[in-house]
Amino acid sequence: MTQLDFYTLLPVMTLTIWACVLLLVDLFILSERRGLTAILAVVGLLVTMGVSISQMGREATGFNQMIVLDGFSNFLNLLLLLTGLLGIAVAYGYNRRMGIERGEYYPIMLFSLAGMMLMAQASHLIMIFIALELLSIPLYVLAAFAYPRPESEEAGLKYFLLGSFSSGFVLYGIAMTFGATGSLAIPGIVAAIADGTANTSLLLIGAALILVGFGFKVAAAPFHMWTPDVYQGAPTSVTAFMAAGAKAAGFAALLRVFVVAFPTLSDQLTPIISVLAALTMILGNVIAIAQTDIKRMLAYSSIAQAGYMLMAFVAYGNPAVQAVSVASALFYMVAYTITSFGAWGVVIALEKAEGKGLAISDYAGMGKKYPFLAACMTVFMLSLTGLPPTLGLIGKLYLFRAAVEGGFITLAVIGVVTSLLSAFYYLRVVVNMYMKTGDPEVARETWLDFTIGATALLTVVLSVVPAGLFAWASQALFIALK
Amino acid sequence: MLLEYAAIGIMILVVSLIGLIAIGLGTIFGPKRQTDRKAAPYESGMTPIGPGIRRVPVRFYLIAVLFILFDIEVVFFLPWAIAFRQLGLFGLAEMLIFIAILLVGYIYAWKKGALEWE
Repeated sequence: MTQLDFYTLLPVMTLTIWACVLLLVDLFILSERRGLTAILAVVGLLVTMGVSISQMGREATGFNQMIVLDGFSNFLNLLLLLTGLLGIAVAYGYNRRMGIERGEYYPIMLFSLAGMMLMAQASHLIMIFIALELLSIPLYVLAAFAYPRPESEEAGLKYFLLGSFSSGFVLYGIAMTFGATGSLAIPGIVAAIADGTANTSLLLIGAALILVGFGFKVAAAPFHMWTPDVYQGAPTSVTAFMAAGAKAAGFAALLRVFVVAFPTLSDQLTPIISVLAALTMILGNVIAIAQTDIKRMLAYSSIAQAGYMLMAFVAYGNPAVQAVSVASALFYMVAYTITSFGAWGVVIALEKAEGKGLAISDYAGMGKKYPFLAACMTVFMLSLTGLPPTLGLIGKLYLFRAAVEGGFITLAVIGVVTSLLSAFYYLRVVVNMYMKTGDPEVARETWLDFTIGATALLTVVLSVVPAGLFAWASQALFIALK
Repeated sequence: MLLEYAAIGIMILVVSLIGLIAIGLGTIFGPKRQTDRKAAPYESGMTPIGPGIRRVPVRFYLIAVLFILFDIEVVFFLPWAIAFRQLGLFGLAEMLIFIAILLVGYIYAWKKGALEWE
């Protein structure tokens, strides 16, 4: 154990220790001053963010190469910390308004975030599994956070049962991989494959099982069944955090494991992943059309977005396009995180107690009464569709380009067609806001408004100057392990 | 390679066969004289009282979960104690971190009143 070990893992450790301390501190904060816990959590996130920024451009491995620090993990750490900050900003007023202002919310969220960051840094299958559990278990608790509301409890239980089922798949896949290669560390697996000592068929089964487990986490069809119910039942502040964070972490692990450890399996796996991507895009977008509840609609939309991200993943075994695929996946993750947080923020602003104010028809008349919120929501809907002038368009352009360069033109065509299809339900929200009359009631909360405004601004501004972000994503490479 | 597993396969087969034969013989040839007492659920020889499914205070559940938590802590102590000399200071530090993390949970549960039986 050296200093370098700790340095490699510093962001995760800072956050974990802070979360433990926060859990204790919160016990002694009076219930009227619950806001203090949120502020302390934000301070912790900012400190961790500082640590991560100071690690920019560094590369190191620690704990016998179980943990890596590279451009990829640094990029994701910063993205996930941003997710945490936005998650607290939208939850702050919402939890109070819904009567679920419990101090545990923030430490639990920090624990989950630590798991997500560990996922981006793990380079050992057991570490990946620990990270998976560390990110999932707090999310199960958060989904049921609005107890005694039955919908929330149902969401928590459903997520828990299906989530542990999918963890089983990952674990079984890890066991198979170990059986095939005799190693759990990614460098060891790579070495065994290079030596030819690995049992290919067993390895393929292992990789496929890991794919199934993470497909569940990122809500890819046909493993998406839990998504609408859990997203709808969980408190909206949790849904926003879960949709962005869990997806980013799931893709982080998928990208690292498959790109680094399993590139030789791409002949067999690429057809499977491309079918998954196509199915996810089609299914998410088509079913979203039929939704009348905005939370369910955004849940199906998040499934569809997972499909677009999978598209970048399809060509992972082709060294010529690998770098650009990973970069465009990362870029799209940023675009999705910012946009979806904004959209969920508007949903939170309109939501009232007892799950009222969540129908798409409740958005009628927004344009007149709340021009600022309506304009922001329009930006988010355009971005999710992939229309200019938004980040969603740029992200999709990069993704489609990566797919075409990888030789998956059919997939790119499916992506474009389903994007057109998605315009129908995204723009329906816009039509409701501007062309129908109604009298919506909105909660004005400083931090919520700030989040919505800032994300809308970022969505537009970053679309005008995307080059810097994309260049940064292109620098986010995997460390070469020996 | 698969042949190595053949012995296990035969073993499973033979064991299941023996089990099935034993149960089958009993079912086919054994006398069946049902009485009320025989059909009643077995409750350690006591006369059954009330239905089998009844409400249990959720408090038991809470205590059970806390028990598991600290029981597992002890389970981890045991191998550590055996390998204490080899692990040395490193092992001690690791264990202290582990205990510190569990202590956070303990203080939390205590302060929240999970340990009170009211």
